[in-house]
Amino acid sequence: MPTYSVSDALELDVGTQLASRTSSLLRAVRGHAIGFAAGLGWAAFGLSCLWRDDIGDWSRTQEVAIAGFAIGGAIALAAAVGLWSRAVGGAVQRRAPWLLLIGLLLAAWEVVTAKLGLLPQPFFPPPQAIVEVYTDDLPKLVESVFASVKLQLGGYLIGAAVGFVTGVSIGWSRAVGYWVHPVLRFIGPLPATAWLPIAFFAFPSSWSASTFLIALATGFPVTVLTWSGVASVSSAYYDVARTLGAKPSFLVFKVAIPAALPHVFVGLFMGLGASFAVLVVAEMMGVKSGLGWYLQWAQGWAAYANMYAALLVMSLLCSGAITALFKVRDRLLVWQKGVVKW
Amino acid sequence: MVSAAALKPQPQAAGAALDVVDVSHHFDIDGAALPVLDHVTLSAAPGEFVALLGPSGCGKSTLLRLVAGLEPPRAGRLLEDGRVIAGPHPSRVVVFQDPTLFPWRTVWKNVALGLEAQGIIKSERHRVDAALAMVGLSGFSNAYPHQLSGGMAQRVSLARALVNDPDILVLDEPLGKLDSLTRLSMQTEIVSLWQRQGFTTLLVTHDVEEALFLAQRVVVFSERPAKLKADIQVDRPYPRHRGDPHLADLRRQILGLLGLDATW
Ligand SMILES: Nc1ncnc2c1ncn2[C@@H]1O[C@H](COP(=O)(O)OP(=O)(O)OP(=O)(O)O)[C@@H](O)[C@H]1O
Ligand SMILES: [Mg+2]
Repeated sequence: MPTYSVSDALELDVGTQLASRTSSLLRAVRGHAIGFAAGLGWAAFGLSCLWRDDIGDWSRTQEVAIAGFAIGGAIALAAAVGLWSRAVGGAVQRRAPWLLLIGLLLAAWEVVTAKLGLLPQPFFPPPQAIVEVYTDDLPKLVESVFASVKLQLGGYLIGAAVGFVTGVSIGWSRAVGYWVHPVLRFIGPLPATAWLPIAFFAFPSSWSASTFLIALATGFPVTVLTWSGVASVSSAYYDVARTLGAKPSFLVFKVAIPAALPHVFVGLFMGLGASFAVLVVAEMMGVKSGLGWYLQWAQGWAAYANMYAALLVMSLLCSGAITALFKVRDRLLVWQKGVVKW
Repeated sequence: MVSAAALKPQPQAAGAALDVVDVSHHFDIDGAALPVLDHVTLSAAPGEFVALLGPSGCGKSTLLRLVAGLEPPRAGRLLEDGRVIAGPHPSRVVVFQDPTLFPWRTVWKNVALGLEAQGIIKSERHRVDAALAMVGLSGFSNAYPHQLSGGMAQRVSLARALVNDPDILVLDEPLGKLDSLTRLSMQTEIVSLWQRQGFTTLLVTHDVEEALFLAQRVVVFSERPAKLKADIQVDRPYPRHRGDPHLADLRRQILGLLGLDATW
């Protein structure tokens, strides 16, 4: 009986081992299969561009088709490399489902716009129309990006710095709080864009007016959150520092500010979102440059492809700015456990 | 306190004398006064080791805050070497009941806090390393507080105090969160530190045996508002033995003072 059960167990063991090995092999093949499928998805996009003549007059259809095949081929190649290299394989597998979906969506987009005309033109331009904007209208776009980044960066940095200093001062000093707090309560909740008409004639240039508005939109959340961060620092930290001989400047710079930093970053994050909105409105209303102005201009000419192209660039920029902010935060707040990954 | 000096083998630096003279204190809670200390008079000779015992909530931590200079007393005076204590000073360092490490600083930088605050960290870095080695945490210099166990955090806070080479060391249940084994070895460690460095020590504890093992004098407080109930000399040489029958007698006497005679 014991012998039997032992051999039985052994067999069972070998059996499960075999099963697990085949299943892991299957899993590997399936994992790579999705990589190849993603390549095919992009090839399908390339094919969809060549399927039949465009219903409109777009000059970049051939190039977009080639690009679709090239990207599809690159994905397939990466998937093939992934059969040998674990690192590449993992990277491809992680991205493959999204790549497949994007390839298929592009193909569908191509078909319902440029090939079948199911969506009304010119409101829904096909992919090649947007690519055409990037190739043919690049200088103006780049110029707009630079103008926007310059304006945004200047206003945001000023607003963040002023907000931070104000927040620390209110949180630290009762006297400053007495004077600044009512002003903050009165003016802060007002949307910065409400100042737009006044700002544009009160400031010498539309650029300085916009900088002021962006700084205002950034400054309010940064001030409030820095202030609440400083105010909520546990008094036990101050007690410890004071018994160890800390002077007031040490208490501010080495205790209050580091302890408040997580709050400050929430404020910086909220300020960034608010300032984007002000940036676009300011560019549309007054500044004669930047992506907001480009959008406005494109709409005036019914150049819808240009609008989508600019929107895409804008979302990449905003997302990039937030990524950068989170990178800085992760670096400064390594001591916190469980911070949100952006 | 001649006995204090006699019991100690050759201290390198003398601690400071501490005098608590007729100190009363109360807190205002919703307009009503909550009396916490009631005419407490107490002194410790330079280099003496005094343990404070009393029921929970009677006002021991409050007295330590006054000694640290974090709050002024409502009545009475506190003196360090005959000078009135007007505010905190690194010559009187406190190990608080909670470790209160700064979570944004590594262990090393937490211990370096006092030297940094006094602006002498550049030349005194070795003291931080030595203090960390003393509490057995050299390997954790770069860890952040959230990566430490409760006992390790408490040891870091002890190192953070000792690195300042205080004249008066104020300990508020510093070993309360440690496991019993670490606790015993830390007790021995505290005695040898105190003997080496010669600081005056004020130790609050709930553990009568700990008080008797460590201190030259044990002061017992009443329920809140804390009044001095007894001041007991522990005339035993160091190193002490936990099974010492004389200490057992004192333990019985003190537990009686704390109202626990029926239960042990
Ligand atoms: N900042 C404060 N404001 C108001 N009341 C306080 C404050 N600090 C302490 N108390 C009160 O003073 C009393 C004594 O507190 P304290 O912390 O000194 O007690 P303790 O003897 O250290 O107790 P334990 O042994 O439990 O630590 C308590 O009743 C507490 O509620
Ligand atoms: Mg206490």
